[in-house]
Amino acid sequence: MSSNTPSSSAGGVGSADSAAPRRNSKRPKYSKFTQQELPACKPILTPRWVISAFMLVSIVFIPIGVVSLFASRDVVEIVDRYETACVPDNFRNDKVSFIQNETTNKICTRNLTVPKRMKQPIYVYYQLDNFYQNHRRYVKSRSDSQLKDNSSWDDVSSCKPEDNANGMPIVPCGLIAWSLFNDTYNFSLNNQQLAVNKRGISWKSDRDSKFGSDVFPRNFQNGLLIGGKRLDPNVSLSEQEDLIVWMRTAALPTFRKLYGKIERDLQPNEVIQVTLENNYNTYSFNGKKRLVLSTTSWLGGKNDFLGIAYLTVGGLCFFLALSFTIVYLVKPRRLGDPSYLSWNRNPGGH
Amino acid sequence: MAKGRIRAKLRKSHLYTFCLYQGPNGKGQQTVGGPGFSRIVHCNGPQLQSERPFKYRSNDISTTKYSFITFLPKALYEQFNRVANLYFLGCAIASVTPLSPFSALSMIAPLAFVVGLSMAKEALEDWKRFMQDMEVNSRKVKVHTGEGAFGKKAWEKVQVGDVVRVEKDQFFPADLLLLSSNYEDGICYVETMNLDGETNLKAKRALEVTLDLDEDEDFKNFKGIIKCEDPNPSLYTFVGNLEYNDQVYALDPSQILLRDSKLRNTAYIYGVAIFTGPDSKVMMNSTNSPSKRSRIEKKMDYIIYVLFSVLLVISLISSFGFAVEIKYSMPEWWFLQPQEADDFYNPEEPVTSGISHMVTALMLYGYLLPISLYVSIEVVKVLQATFINQDIHMYDEETGIPAQARTSNLNEELGQVDTILSDKTGTLTCNQMDFLKCSIAGTAYGSSTNAVELAAAKQMANDLEGKVELDAVVSYSEKDRQSPIKGFNFEDSRLMNGNWLKEAKVEDIILFFRILAVCHTAIPELNEDTGSYTYEAESPDEGAFLVAAREFGFEFFQRTQSSVFVREKYTASGKPIDREYKILNVLEFTSKRKRMTVIIKDEDGQILLMCKGADSIIFDRLSKDGRFYQPDTTKHLNEYGEAGLRTLALAYKKLEESEYSAWNTEFQKAKTSIGADRDIMLENAAEMMEKDLILIGATAVEDKLQKGVPKCIDKLAQAGLKLWVLTGDKMETAINIGFSCSLLRQGMKQICIPAIDSDVKEEVKGAILKQINNGSEMIKAEKDPHAAFALIIDGKTLSYALEDDIKQHFLDLGVRCASVICCRVSPKQKALVTRLVKLGTGKTTLAIGDGANDVGMIQEADIGVGISGVEGMQAVMASDFSVAQFRFLERLLVVHGHWCYKRIAQMICYFFYKNIAFGLTLFYFEAFTGFSGQSIYNDWYMLLFNVVLTALPVISLGVLEQDVSSEVCLEFPAIYQQGPRNLFFDWYRILGWMANGLLASLIIFILNIVIFYNQAFRAGGQTADMAALGATMFTCIIWSVNIQIALTMSHFTWIQHTTIWGSIAAWYLFLFVYGALPPSISADAYKLLVEALAPAPMYWTATLLVAITCNLPYMTHIAYQRCFEPMDHHIIQEIKYYRKDVEDQHMWTKERSKARQKTKIGFTARVEAKIRQIRAMMNKKH
Repeated sequence: MSSNTPSSSAGGVGSADSAAPRRNSKRPKYSKFTQQELPACKPILTPRWVISAFMLVSIVFIPIGVVSLFASRDVVEIVDRYETACVPDNFRNDKVSFIQNETTNKICTRNLTVPKRMKQPIYVYYQLDNFYQNHRRYVKSRSDSQLKDNSSWDDVSSCKPEDNANGMPIVPCGLIAWSLFNDTYNFSLNNQQLAVNKRGISWKSDRDSKFGSDVFPRNFQNGLLIGGKRLDPNVSLSEQEDLIVWMRTAALPTFRKLYGKIERDLQPNEVIQVTLENNYNTYSFNGKKRLVLSTTSWLGGKNDFLGIAYLTVGGLCFFLALSFTIVYLVKPRRLGDPSYLSWNRNPGGH
Repeated sequence: MAKGRIRAKLRKSHLYTFCLYQGPNGKGQQTVGGPGFSRIVHCNGPQLQSERPFKYRSNDISTTKYSFITFLPKALYEQFNRVANLYFLGCAIASVTPLSPFSALSMIAPLAFVVGLSMAKEALEDWKRFMQDMEVNSRKVKVHTGEGAFGKKAWEKVQVGDVVRVEKDQFFPADLLLLSSNYEDGICYVETMNLDGETNLKAKRALEVTLDLDEDEDFKNFKGIIKCEDPNPSLYTFVGNLEYNDQVYALDPSQILLRDSKLRNTAYIYGVAIFTGPDSKVMMNSTNSPSKRSRIEKKMDYIIYVLFSVLLVISLISSFGFAVEIKYSMPEWWFLQPQEADDFYNPEEPVTSGISHMVTALMLYGYLLPISLYVSIEVVKVLQATFINQDIHMYDEETGIPAQARTSNLNEELGQVDTILSDKTGTLTCNQMDFLKCSIAGTAYGSSTNAVELAAAKQMANDLEGKVELDAVVSYSEKDRQSPIKGFNFEDSRLMNGNWLKEAKVEDIILFFRILAVCHTAIPELNEDTGSYTYEAESPDEGAFLVAAREFGFEFFQRTQSSVFVREKYTASGKPIDREYKILNVLEFTSKRKRMTVIIKDEDGQILLMCKGADSIIFDRLSKDGRFYQPDTTKHLNEYGEAGLRTLALAYKKLEESEYSAWNTEFQKAKTSIGADRDIMLENAAEMMEKDLILIGATAVEDKLQKGVPKCIDKLAQAGLKLWVLTGDKMETAINIGFSCSLLRQGMKQICIPAIDSDVKEEVKGAILKQINNGSEMIKAEKDPHAAFALIIDGKTLSYALEDDIKQHFLDLGVRCASVICCRVSPKQKALVTRLVKLGTGKTTLAIGDGANDVGMIQEADIGVGISGVEGMQAVMASDFSVAQFRFLERLLVVHGHWCYKRIAQMICYFFYKNIAFGLTLFYFEAFTGFSGQSIYNDWYMLLFNVVLTALPVISLGVLEQDVSSEVCLEFPAIYQQGPRNLFFDWYRILGWMANGLLASLIIFILNIVIFYNQAFRAGGQTADMAALGATMFTCIIWSVNIQIALTMSHFTWIQHTTIWGSIAAWYLFLFVYGALPPSISADAYKLLVEALAPAPMYWTATLLVAITCNLPYMTHIAYQRCFEPMDHHIIQEIKYYRKDVEDQHMWTKERSKARQKTKIGFTARVEAKIRQIRAMMNKKH
């Protein structure tokens, strides 16, 4: 015999009387909620619903797919991979020493032919490959407070290992800023300079709220190691749009970043001459570099995948709808047919 | 109770004690004072007990788990005993190091929230226990305060050595030494129901030397010293002695009144407290109720282990990848400045870095393990428990007690019960006997509806007409005719209101009633309020007889030392007459004799022997002439027996004066003889007298079943549940109840294993094993599919059957039998049987009982259910659920159990799906970051994902989901079998859900990555950075998991709508609000939604594509399943949906009648058996 209880209940008959007023209070109060009788909609997957749902998805998806595909096809994109081509032949075997050598001539000229008419604005991107901007060590190495506010210019605790140089805090500190992309592109069309607008390539919110207009580069790229681009110490960070764009770390090791905008239309077969300064070292890690000129549609850049995916899923749903229809026609099961109940299928239970 | 009643003064109580009391045995006294027997109690001198070594534990008791000081460490320990919580604790600790991929807050906050909530729940539950202890501790009892005065004191203030005065129907506050009672001979009666569940009263007797202490004043100078054993849990032993007036008297268990037993039939007693509080025997017996976990939760642990393994594997992969990247690639990644790397990114030491990265990875992928799973489940269970508590259909109007889920962690277990082990008295029956029928002089009286036959006839008629009317068939033998008189439920106008005077055999009828009124050992009590008499009888049967006699006009109103007075209301003269019957001898009822006899002398000087007893016993002792009514009576007895009524045969004989006196001298000689053969001599003397009797009739008393019990058992049987009855009662009673509950029926083969009298253990065991094997053989040999077997086993036999070498045989036999009834089982055996069934079959057991004797089995079973509303609370306190009546078990299991099982099962599956779908995206992304442990999501998204964003829909699924309505659950008990068969939480399903999660994570990740690959994602030419991609992916996850849960649910109230839509809206709202905060807080999410995502059509189209695609596989799966392999609830949902149940009522009722498990017990099965029997007979005739 065992019991975890102290003792018996209030004994005696007397307690029955005293319990009387308590009784009613113990009675559960009726409400639809507590009795679990709330009005409810109880949809069930009838064949009609199943087929309609699949049909609906395909009806919605296929047009979206077509539209997106068209949008993507509208986009004209010129991609030029230049990281190998822009290394002189004699350095082909040792590209790293070429790029690290201060004295070598880094100027390189590329000719791009416009395949189709490109309407302005034409976005200029650089695309890096195998560059892990999303590496944790890299992502963490920045100081948001320092970027925003001049008063916390020495807040570099999170910027290791690029926090101080020559005993002074670096502004902007951290690996991201330090490794700022520094290839430059100059475009000319028919020997005429093609203006590249570098304003407004970054998010407005970044310029306004994350990069202070009173914060100026300081002690930047003054350490033993020189990473990427040097910044003009007289231009405030909020106007250093290349930096702002760069500081938005990319999600994948292959990424494009906006370089600028060409604000005029380009006609088919026009040849754009790009004079680029090939400064950035991607050779250490076999990274590719591409120059991309692209228009955008309402949906963005050129990517057929969204449209194809929509079409595929829409098609799949159409197929499913069709097969369920056929199945229901060939082998119909009367809904609510009691002969499918388990006790009718294998009498005797268990 | 004492108020309003006058007790017929009766100073001596010898009438009761004819053979109850056994003399003390002299064993063990010599050990007093030795080791283990050191307790010394100064009677009436509690002040002497205040110093060591006489200071003993006080009488206040505590059953709380924690105290104010120990709460924090203990509760924390319990929380972190859970593997998952421990893991999260490790993560939280590691999160303050630079290894953490997240901010420390995002690791610690959810853990603190989750653990805090669980601890709050613990604290609340412990508080309730504390209040309960307070209630018990503050009960009042009269304690001697000195100078012969008694004052009321709280129980907790009672000290060892205190003299207490306990009055009728009070509980004893501690283990007491009985000093005296209101009876001269120091006898008192106690009810030990709370200790052992036995309802019959037990007599205790004070030592003769203390008998004089029966007034308050006597205790003025009372002194004595008790030396006795140390506290121990043995309820039936006590060794000690009393030093009183310089003499030493031995004490034995018959002087000890145990705490928690109750004084009955005695006005008051005086006693000295010996063992108080935790030292008392009942408290020594108490064990902490084991913490029970449901099957689903146990299985959930395995799932957690599986996920842990997955976590470990991907962490290993990740660490390995990291080490490789660090060694081979990182030296080339100049932008990371590898030459300045710290320990975590040291290309020189890839192994160290890899190992430290392991910690990071374990934390990063922690989202595979749902941190909020436990807390969500707890919240859901508490809400489910609230629904159980609030269910108005489980509220008992009579006692005013609702059902109560005392622990909330077993709700879903209710849906998986396979075997019910039930107590009888107080659970199935009310412990009230009602006089229902009688057979006098060959004529049966009393309304004689045989519900089974009636129902069988009805159904056969329906079958002939080719229609099934289930409602007509299953019109249960519900006895709603509640008679206003307790103990009397007789309906027959021929006998009522004196109409019997007009009956043919009026002489016999008078004699019959006189036997009822005279042949007993009860005492009348006048209830002043109503002017009628109530009776204090040893057994409730006897009380029922007296009430019946009173109602028939033979009112027993006084008992003196030697006489019984009966007032006859209906006489020839029309005036009531008081008659006096001189009692010459009483031959007691014992379980061996199975009969009771009084010899009386009536007013005319006629000596009469009146005898009542079991029919077989009486029939053996009839004279040749006395068998005139035997054939008719036997027929009636059989009928009564099948209806589950408790029958007794009544007989008498007239004695000549000389004949009697000759016998009486013989009898007196036997009575006064001393020695071992005294009993045999008495037996022989009785035997000599009780022969040549004349049968006059038989009575049928109903051991009143609780309301709705047969129907409930029927439904439970149809739901496929097995019922074992474990009762402390004797075999006959148990079989009676078996019949009235339809657990037994005529034609069922009963395998009886009664007690075997033998001292050689091996012999007994061999015999039992043989019987068990015979039974098994018989079942195996049986060809008739309708044949049903019942196993009835006695407690004594059971103790052997439960031994290791036989128990498996016993269990096998028991499982094959349709019903199992164990009689005369001790509380311990109840627990052992429960354990045997639980472990032997591996299925879920539910034990239901009302008394303290059921506590063991209630604690042992997977689920313990206590019947509340009876006096003892132990069963309820030890139980996991309490209901006021057995019949509520049906709703508790079939409705709540079914729902809770499915809810929890679906909820847990969904939970794992959700976290896998989310957690794995982190892993995939990491592979794209050189395994560096970078997460694509903002810390806040992850923090909120489990705790806020997806918490409520899951809870609404777990609380409100209903596959079918409660009415359908009750109409189709077979649906319940989905639980015991575990259709919704088997590995197939669990792994299916996990696969679904895996698929979803792949779809979400791959689609997003490719869609937002490198091109501009909006017309403005901007490319997607990590923040934008992360937020988009997260949006897709939120949509996907919410669509998924909507597909999982089949029952949408406004709450589900609100939670699902709310959860989606909450995400956008959060992103908006968070983005509106200054960038120092919102970091990369600053104005993300407003500026970057919302204006981009790509964001919305991607969301739509991913959310739909993710759910296509599941959608296809359920559409396919519904089409080709519909489950029962699918079909019923469809029937309900198309309102076919209304249109085609015939089909609906037919299905309802079929929707039950093939069962051999229960009322319906019984009706079917009857039909088969009738058909077989009809076939024979043709």
